[in-house]
Amino acid sequence: MKQRPAEPKHTLSVLVENKAGVLARIAGLFSARGYNIDSLAVGETEDPSVSRMTIVVQGDERVLEQVEKQLNKLIDVIKLSDYVQTPHLERDLALIKVDADKADRSELLQIVDIFRAKIVDVSADSLIVEATGDEDKIEALIGMLSPFGIRELSRTGIVAMARGGKSLNT
Amino acid sequence: MAKDSAVKKTGAEILVECLEKEGVEYLFGIPGGVNLPFFDKLYDSKIRVILTRHEQGAAHMADGYARATGRVGVCVATSGPGATNLITGLATANMDSIPLVAITGQVRTDVIGSDAFQEADATGCTRPVTKHNYLVKDVRDLGRIMREAFHVASSGRPGPVHVDVPVDIQRAAVEFSYPEKVSIRSYSPTVQGHPLQIKKAVELISQAERPLFYVGGGVVLSGASDLLRQVAEKAQIPVATTLMANGTMPYDHPLYMGVLGMHGKYATNTAMQKCDLMIACGARFDDRVTGNLAKFSPNSKKIHFDIDPANIGKCVQVDVPVVGDLKLVLQDLLDNLPGKDHSAWIGQIREWDREHPFSYDKNGKGPGEFVKPQFVIHKLHELTRGEAIISTGVGQHQMWAMQWYPARSPRHFLTSGGLGTMGYGFPASLGAKLAFPKKDVICIDGDGSFQMTMTEMATAIHEKIKVVVIILNNYYLGMVRQWQELFYKERFSGSCLTTGSGMRTKDNEPDPNSLPYIPDFVKFAEAYGALGLRVTRNEDVEPALKRALAETRPVIIDCVIRPNEKVFPMVPAGAGLDDIIVDMA
Ligand SMILES: Cc1ncc(C[n+]2csc(CCOP(=O)(O)OP(=O)(O)O)c2C)c(N)n1
Ligand SMILES: [Mg+2]
Repeated sequence: MKQRPAEPKHTLSVLVENKAGVLARIAGLFSARGYNIDSLAVGETEDPSVSRMTIVVQGDERVLEQVEKQLNKLIDVIKLSDYVQTPHLERDLALIKVDADKADRSELLQIVDIFRAKIVDVSADSLIVEATGDEDKIEALIGMLSPFGIRELSRTGIVAMARGGKSLNT
Repeated sequence: MAKDSAVKKTGAEILVECLEKEGVEYLFGIPGGVNLPFFDKLYDSKIRVILTRHEQGAAHMADGYARATGRVGVCVATSGPGATNLITGLATANMDSIPLVAITGQVRTDVIGSDAFQEADATGCTRPVTKHNYLVKDVRDLGRIMREAFHVASSGRPGPVHVDVPVDIQRAAVEFSYPEKVSIRSYSPTVQGHPLQIKKAVELISQAERPLFYVGGGVVLSGASDLLRQVAEKAQIPVATTLMANGTMPYDHPLYMGVLGMHGKYATNTAMQKCDLMIACGARFDDRVTGNLAKFSPNSKKIHFDIDPANIGKCVQVDVPVVGDLKLVLQDLLDNLPGKDHSAWIGQIREWDREHPFSYDKNGKGPGEFVKPQFVIHKLHELTRGEAIISTGVGQHQMWAMQWYPARSPRHFLTSGGLGTMGYGFPASLGAKLAFPKKDVICIDGDGSFQMTMTEMATAIHEKIKVVVIILNNYYLGMVRQWQELFYKERFSGSCLTTGSGMRTKDNEPDPNSLPYIPDFVKFAEAYGALGLRVTRNEDVEPALKRALAETRPVIIDCVIRPNEKVFPMVPAGAGLDDIIVDMA
């Protein structure tokens, strides 16, 4: 099968009311209109009545225009920004449980070191690695660790913030 | 502040007070376990409760009331099945941007999520089919939420709002004063068109040789029909309307070219293709209007006026988008547009219309005598001068109603355009008649559509709501049959409504005399105490209509028509507007 060229990824930061049902509303919008979410991360902001969602979505310009307009239409959406043209930081946090025989440990430690990741738990035959970074870095680390055997992987999804002094809610 | 501003009130009392303050006259719905505190307070209120026989009927009645008046329609249901029965009505209103507030009871807050008796995740169900919804978890929020619900429903691009109120919240008492103001930090629709965009629009319009107004339901919703007419007159721009905008221009206005779209006029669809400037007003380039997008009006520039930014650029890329309320935007146009002469272009559209007008063969061929559906509506138009309030179901009859009942004024043609909900027409007519008791209110229905909500005949009789239902009875899900005849080799799978009875098998024609259709709509009417009339010949149409209009009880006229009647012209699904089929010949 011929692979279609991947559509560009957009990282959206969305400020929403911190209320029950808002997450369902946003997730429902994406499924109802057939948009693809790559990842979605939510958390409270400096204002406890406001949550911030970071949504990574794939699509061409027209799809993105619709995504943003439809999101803005939701009564609970306060503010939205697409970082595609904005210098910004992206961070994903991963916990990776890897097989770790005595024989493999030193090699594993080296890899973890190179990626500036951390070992946060150890058992007789496994390790949990904690890593933060942008998506590429996490993917690369996973690539390096998978030959050892990944037992479990848990990721937060991307959170993002624009560089510089300006904040999203001003 | 007034002394009573901090009096303790229960949730139920707050609900009633909020509705009264919003000026609600009618509340359509059905009680049940968890909205009884609310119904108990309604007993003392001057709001008239219209007890419907099904919650779908309640939502459509509220919708018919809202479309006819421009005000917010209100319906009520209990939890669980009551709430889920509302869904079709809410989705119908949502697709056509109709302002509704739906109030449902919910199980007690402390048992929500426990699969309690008659519990359904009502806000979860209505979320995708409403503009907004609320689950009230604290009685202190109730007043604010009700105020917001009416505000959100009726402002910006209007739509239905659902408020789910657990029974313990209805009982709980709190110090209450009616919130005078609404403010929602994340909600402020753009109403004023951007001056720069308006300027660009004015320039394009001034330069155009063959401009055309493509007018949708947004103009009706905004109350901008009169302004539209003034702008059209000043700049001499011909106007074509969608199904939803029937009546925005008086049907006999010299600049009104008629209806466009899949079953619209040859002339208006051709004008859409040939214009050099399309001015879309409160319309959303639905596929039933544009046909195949790749072939849609290839050589025109396009201006799009709409209150909803998400409508702009959704289907068709436009040259000048203007977000705003049509009432303000059209006023800006009126103030800035120069007068111009487009008589040659208008003459051309008129010429196309003379070549292929809406038409029908008044003496249908074939065995037996049958009523021509177009003739019935044509006669009705003549008798009521196009001034009655018409509602419809969905199907062929709806399209014939659109073609043959061009209305004189806006808010007089109530039809489910976006969702295409069979069963909408009859309950909607009841809501409209309550709003306008002195007007003739007529539901032009299909035999299939009517059967979906005919249970509301009991409501009509009990509440003394006189409407006329004209059933164009083709013994079929006629629009389905039409597609099967044209595109599925006449394999009428699952579309005949009377298999085994009612049809003369020899020539497969209805036989109303020896083998009655099931149900017999005349007997059905009589069973409820309504007047039932059956019409099987064209010459009986006028007397029946006159009698029905003069009658004080609800009336059903069962008009028996041929199953093979078809709606033309037709732009087949997926074809371009140029490929319009004028008729079968
Ligand atoms: C609730 C619902 N179910 C199914 C349909 C699909 N549908 C569209 S038109 C139609 C036939 C309608 O039959 P009838 O009301 O008799 O009208 P006619 O076309 O015969 O005039 C059907 C089944 C629909 N629009 N709505
Ligand atoms: Mg029918």
